Amino acid sequence: MIGVALKGLLGRKLRASLTAIAIVLGIAMVSGTYVLTDTIKAGFSGLFTTVYQGADAIVSGRSAIGGGDQNGPGLAPSFDETLLPRVRALPDVADAGGNVAYPTLLVGRNGKVMAAQAGGLGFGIDPKRADDAIDPLKLVSGRWPTNGTQIAIDVATSEKKNFAVGDMIGAVASGAAHRYRIAGIVKLGDASIGGTTLAVFDLATGQRIFHKQGKLDTIYVKSKSGVAPPKLISELRGILPPTAQVRSAAAQAKHDTDNTSSFTSIIQDFLLAFAGIALFVGSFVIANTLSITIAQRTREFATLRTLGATRRQVLRSVIVEALVIGFLASVVGLFAGLGLAKLLNQLFVALGIDLPKASTVFATRTIVVSLVLGTVVTLLASLRPAFRATRVEPIAAAREGALLPPSRLARFGLPFALVTSAAAIALLLFGALDSSATTKQRLLAIGGGVLILFFGVALLAPRLVTPLARVLGAAGARFGGTPGRLAQQNAMRAPSRTAATASALMIGLALVTVVAVLAAGLKSRFEGSVHALFHADYALTSQNGFIPTGIASANALAHAPGVEVVSSVRAGEAKVFGKRIGITGTDAQMPRVISIDWVPGSAHVPPFVSKDYAKKHGLHVGSPLTLQVPSGRTLRLTIRGIIDPPKGGSPFTDVTIPNAVFDRAYANPANLYSFIKMTGGVTSENTTRLNTALQRFPDAKVQTEGQFEKSQEQGITLLLNLLYVLLSLSIVVSLFGIVNTLILTVFERTRELGMLRAVGMTRRQVRNMIRYESVVTALIGAALGIPIGIGLGALVGHAIAYPAFTIPWGTIVVFVVAAVIAGLLAAIFPARRAGRLNVLEALQYE
Amino acid sequence: MQARDLVRRYGEGATAVEALRGISLEVQAGELVAVMGPSGSGKSTLMHILAGLDKPTSGTVTIAGEEITSLDDRKLTLLRRRHIGFVFQFFNLLPMLTAEENVLLPLSIAGTKPEQRWLDDLLSRTGIDNRRTHRPSELSGGQQQRVAIARSLVSRPTILFADEPTGNLDSRTGGEILDLLRESVDAYGQTTVMVTHEARAAAIADRVLFIADGLIVRELERATAQQVLDVMAGLDA
Ligand SMILES: Nc1ncnc2c1ncn2[C@@H]1O[C@H](COP(=O)(O)OP(=O)(O)OP(=O)(O)O)[C@@H](O)[C@H]1O
Ligand SMILES: [Mg+2]
Repeated sequence: MIGVALKGLLGRKLRASLTAIAIVLGIAMVSGTYVLTDTIKAGFSGLFTTVYQGADAIVSGRSAIGGGDQNGPGLAPSFDETLLPRVRALPDVADAGGNVAYPTLLVGRNGKVMAAQAGGLGFGIDPKRADDAIDPLKLVSGRWPTNGTQIAIDVATSEKKNFAVGDMIGAVASGAAHRYRIAGIVKLGDASIGGTTLAVFDLATGQRIFHKQGKLDTIYVKSKSGVAPPKLISELRGILPPTAQVRSAAAQAKHDTDNTSSFTSIIQDFLLAFAGIALFVGSFVIANTLSITIAQRTREFATLRTLGATRRQVLRSVIVEALVIGFLASVVGLFAGLGLAKLLNQLFVALGIDLPKASTVFATRTIVVSLVLGTVVTLLASLRPAFRATRVEPIAAAREGALLPPSRLARFGLPFALVTSAAAIALLLFGALDSSATTKQRLLAIGGGVLILFFGVALLAPRLVTPLARVLGAAGARFGGTPGRLAQQNAMRAPSRTAATASALMIGLALVTVVAVLAAGLKSRFEGSVHALFHADYALTSQNGFIPTGIASANALAHAPGVEVVSSVRAGEAKVFGKRIGITGTDAQMPRVISIDWVPGSAHVPPFVSKDYAKKHGLHVGSPLTLQVPSGRTLRLTIRGIIDPPKGGSPFTDVTIPNAVFDRAYANPANLYSFIKMTGGVTSENTTRLNTALQRFPDAKVQTEGQFEKSQEQGITLLLNLLYVLLSLSIVVSLFGIVNTLILTVFERTRELGMLRAVGMTRRQVRNMIRYESVVTALIGAALGIPIGIGLGALVGHAIAYPAFTIPWGTIVVFVVAAVIAGLLAAIFPARRAGRLNVLEALQYE
Repeated sequence: MQARDLVRRYGEGATAVEALRGISLEVQAGELVAVMGPSGSGKSTLMHILAGLDKPTSGTVTIAGEEITSLDDRKLTLLRRRHIGFVFQFFNLLPMLTAEENVLLPLSIAGTKPEQRWLDDLLSRTGIDNRRTHRPSELSGGQQQRVAIARSLVSRPTILFADEPTGNLDSRTGGEILDLLRESVDAYGQTTVMVTHEARAAAIADRVLFIADGLIVRELERATAQQVLDVMAGLDA
């Protein structure tokens, strides 16, 4: 019997591969995600391992408030350079070298910064020590920079942007940009650093342009031979100031890797979620395809039963078939994942996320998870059709046109579908409306509710198909002539089949609609805030708009002609009420450029806190406020104002301190935004004046309110596009569902199509008939999915309490048009098959 | 095989149709019985019930000493494996299997192996010896029916049922199939019940049962085609 099942599979290769495609795509996404994130992880870990391989111990700055990254502005503080000679003087230390670091962007020949998204690293290193193996920077060609006019850059930039030793190149760190002569080409460790650029200076120059005179950020320590790392570490600990810490090279590599792997893990979970959605849609497609093929094989199962096959044997043969399909599809998907990983990476690079990579990592876990998951999903999806196959009575072998008996549960169909949908809606409402639950619980309830809702609606769908097809197929029936009318009727002929096919598409469309609704809500909220708050003429941000930029650019604008006010918002971290939070800084001029609401009694100056924060901690105007900053210093301030920011957010975090205080507390203050008011407002002369003043600050850009709004929204737009691309995978899976159903239908109606051709239907009409049916099915998917998506978008928006509820009509029209196009695409192959049928053969087809 | 007082009613109430209205019959081992009658007289219904594919509204069927109308699906399936063979009007071959694999299907379903000598003999007698590796799509209708007959004989069933085995074939091919059925009765002592429309087919039978309106109305032993035609003409009138 198993042999029969396998032979049958071979005999129906096309149908079997149709079933398999859904799984191939879903599993490719799973395996591609694993391959990509494993490769990135290996890239980071390889990078950090080679970075530290020359040293035995690493001394780095320590943030008094925890967390922090030595290269981030205003986070881990630097320590005094006098530590270096003391480290060298330790009995077990053979050698030690130090450096300073600060984010530094290279400036291209066009005067624009390179790698504004990926960012750049800058180092100042001691040239006397740079040749030895302790430091992670390795010279590839040329020489190390030895004075304030020289720089070394990374290999990739030199190759990609055509910069050679001896050329001039610009670099900008925390002050104005300068031009340097390239003395050498370097690399960091032995691994890829993704899209990040390197700028290396001699130590004194680094200290000067990073504003870290007399300071160091890292010391690489090499021990005398035979000294155990713990002994070295404890010796070093004895002389460290409180702002420094020491780790063994291995521990430091692991620490850095762990820091980045939490980030890659987020990417991994994020991508896996979409793989899960694609597989979920895929399980609908498989269940439907199998149901149809099994219905078509009713006679075959009946014949087997008359020949003595038991129900159990029939069940087993269908399940074995599913297992084989599932397994083979998983194998194909697994390897397709290798290609998809490359595509996903290109997608990320296109979005500005260019991460280090090792050679492709194909882990055992990837193989096991992909194969097991694909096989199990196929198996589960096959259970219902398989049980239906066992319901075939032997007598069906003797009847022509025997139909598959309805499943035993069929008569509970409607109540079950209603109960399922009601349960889903209850869960959704709980998630959206019960404000006593935590956001996580609420989102979980919504997530679960969505899954169940999709099931419920899919179960209800057979009853909705007929009225929907009547409405949605009306245009085709009206203008498409007989093919249009027949297509409409065909769509209604097997409602459960059309419903299952449309349901798969419904899921993808519902999810993209949710995304569109939320994004529109977020944008309208954000734009609302910008309109309310923005009282300036211009805003100044870093080139990418999100990372803070040195304060020198804003300071330079203060003296530009026509400038009345420049008020900046600094960003940093501090520990307040025992918790590490982001804080902001601003100055007394701020109300002249930002019109924010103040709680009565406020002086409109920092230090101020937000209304919610004040409520949470029982703060009033006049309350004391204590902050601990990364250097370990404690700031004691008195609250002078309380702001009531609009729902769409403000430039300020919960706690804002005066910039003067900020600049004393943070070694390297940086601005998130600066706002500028000029005599005459926004004019082209004023814009030119500002740009002239900014000539030496290519890392910063000046924008009008509209430009500012757009560039700040880029984050949302980027995320939105990413979500669309990832969700499109599940839509593609559901398109294959339509292709499957149509091809199987064409098989099934061979004799009928032959008859239609015999009585005079042209090939073209036959093809149109299939196309119309496909479009009607796709439109049913849209008619189910888009309203569900709008409803879910409203609920989720309510649960996360941020976005305004906005229906993006334009986008929805685009989705409907896309559904029609999708339907036409899905019909290409089936329509061609139907058109090519040989009339005589089709009429004799049994 | 024995059947007693078979009644089969389709539907309920006013629209109910009595396809069988009390049929009793007995088939001896090694006998070839033909069932004839006008269209809609209940021949197929009778066959399906005798073969355990359908259940009578009342009455009993006994095959190899076992009363089959009260058996559950599993027991019936096992009974079919051991005791019953089928030949359909539509050949019902599995398109993806070769002729030989189709023949062997009942054995492979039951998980047993064929006896090579028996198989060779069967295939040569049914005339598909040189078509063993062909697929149904590569066989003519007559050849397909030969495969179906070989398939029904391969497990040496106690009784073989054939519902209009020649219904889909031209008269020459049909004649060959009838010869084959007769031969299987003579050579293997295969007990056979065959439903047919054709007088010629009935003429090869040891006994012909005539059914009209769900009742056995006549019975002829070793009738000629002409005798059968005469009876049929009387029934139609
Ligand atoms: N599944 C069914 N439901 C309702 N009535 C049925 C069913 N099957 C058969 N009948 C009725 O039972 C009667 C006998 O049908 P049956 O198929 O046994 O006739 P038959 O003698 O085989 O006819 P034919 O020579 O045309 O094949 C007919 O009146 C038919 O309409
Ligand atoms: Mg009949």
